[in-house]
Amino acid sequence: MVNLIWVAMAIIGIVFAMFHGTMNEVNEAIFKSAKEAVTIAIGMISILVFWLGLMRIAEEAGLLERLSRFCKPLVRRLFPEVPPNHPALGYIVSNMIANMFGLGNAATPMGIKAMEELKKLNGHKDVASRSMVTFLAINTSSITLIPATVISIRMTYGSASPGEIIGTTLVASTISTIGAVLIDRYYYWKRTRKGGKR
Amino acid sequence: MTFIQIISTWLIPVTIAFILLYGTIKKVPTYEAFVEGGKEGIQIAFSLIPYLVGMLVSISIFRASGALDYMMNGIKPLADALGLPAEVVPLAMIRTISGTAALGMTTDLIATYGPDSFIGRLASTIQGSTETTLYVLTVYFGAVGIKKMGDALKVGILADILSFIVSFFIVLLVFGK
Repeated sequence: MVNLIWVAMAIIGIVFAMFHGTMNEVNEAIFKSAKEAVTIAIGMISILVFWLGLMRIAEEAGLLERLSRFCKPLVRRLFPEVPPNHPALGYIVSNMIANMFGLGNAATPMGIKAMEELKKLNGHKDVASRSMVTFLAINTSSITLIPATVISIRMTYGSASPGEIIGTTLVASTISTIGAVLIDRYYYWKRTRKGGKR
Repeated sequence: MTFIQIISTWLIPVTIAFILLYGTIKKVPTYEAFVEGGKEGIQIAFSLIPYLVGMLVSISIFRASGALDYMMNGIKPLADALGLPAEVVPLAMIRTISGTAALGMTTDLIATYGPDSFIGRLASTIQGSTETTLYVLTVYFGAVGIKKMGDALKVGILADILSFIVSFFIVLLVFGK
């Protein structure tokens, strides 16, 4: 899908330029944007290094684990089919916490572990269980506390206040996570009403 | 709404102070841990380069040729009717499909319209507040071999749409147009 969009944008652009006499602009844009992309990535190093460094301290101090334990009662309610104290819950919570702090790389392995456990609970079937759909819904709308990458891009482009979008991001992601859970519940309700609970 | 702005300015410094204090109390070798974790940041930034180069070049060809403006004019009546800025519609569409592609597009919007413009703030909020549904779906379900996704895709995409709408209203409410 991404492949298709990526190629389409370039090809449509080039063909469009053929008929609209904008080939010069296209030429210039290719080299300028490639250079810009590298500049942005380099510019991100500062924030990423600082943030991930800080998060390592939090991790070694057991702060993330502590947060997980704190969130567990809520999470247990979101996944009624998972027995309490099942390892799946632990992974789900760690995944959510990592996402909250913008640690995508740490979140992914936890998420995969969580899915593995959920699959075991579902008798190793290759069908997505109710809990899996819920987990996915929460994950895609994940509550975000610190969007570190976005802040670094805003910094690069000379924002007067790079962090000013933290509040809006937090509110938007919280509301949409609640919404995602409701949407998930709605579809579950529809499935069970039709009969054939799964 | 100043409350949201206060959170924005206080959250990072307070979080930093808290983590440093907590680490010290728990006798973590704070500085060494920081350096270890920081190394990972360099790796991530470098591994992002090809994604960004690829996406930014493709987008910029599309824009410089005039095709983007052409498409924008097509979307504009619909976006206007919904009260959305047409410039962010492509971002909203690609955010569901690829995170790094969206990151490229967000960067492009911020560079073109400025980080403190309405579009810049909206793009920042959209980028920060959703995960890439298709990525999560392919990676998580792929890794454990789930073939029948059930309602997962539908729920994920609906949640994304909701998230864009919410982002739009929050940014409008807090910063104005």
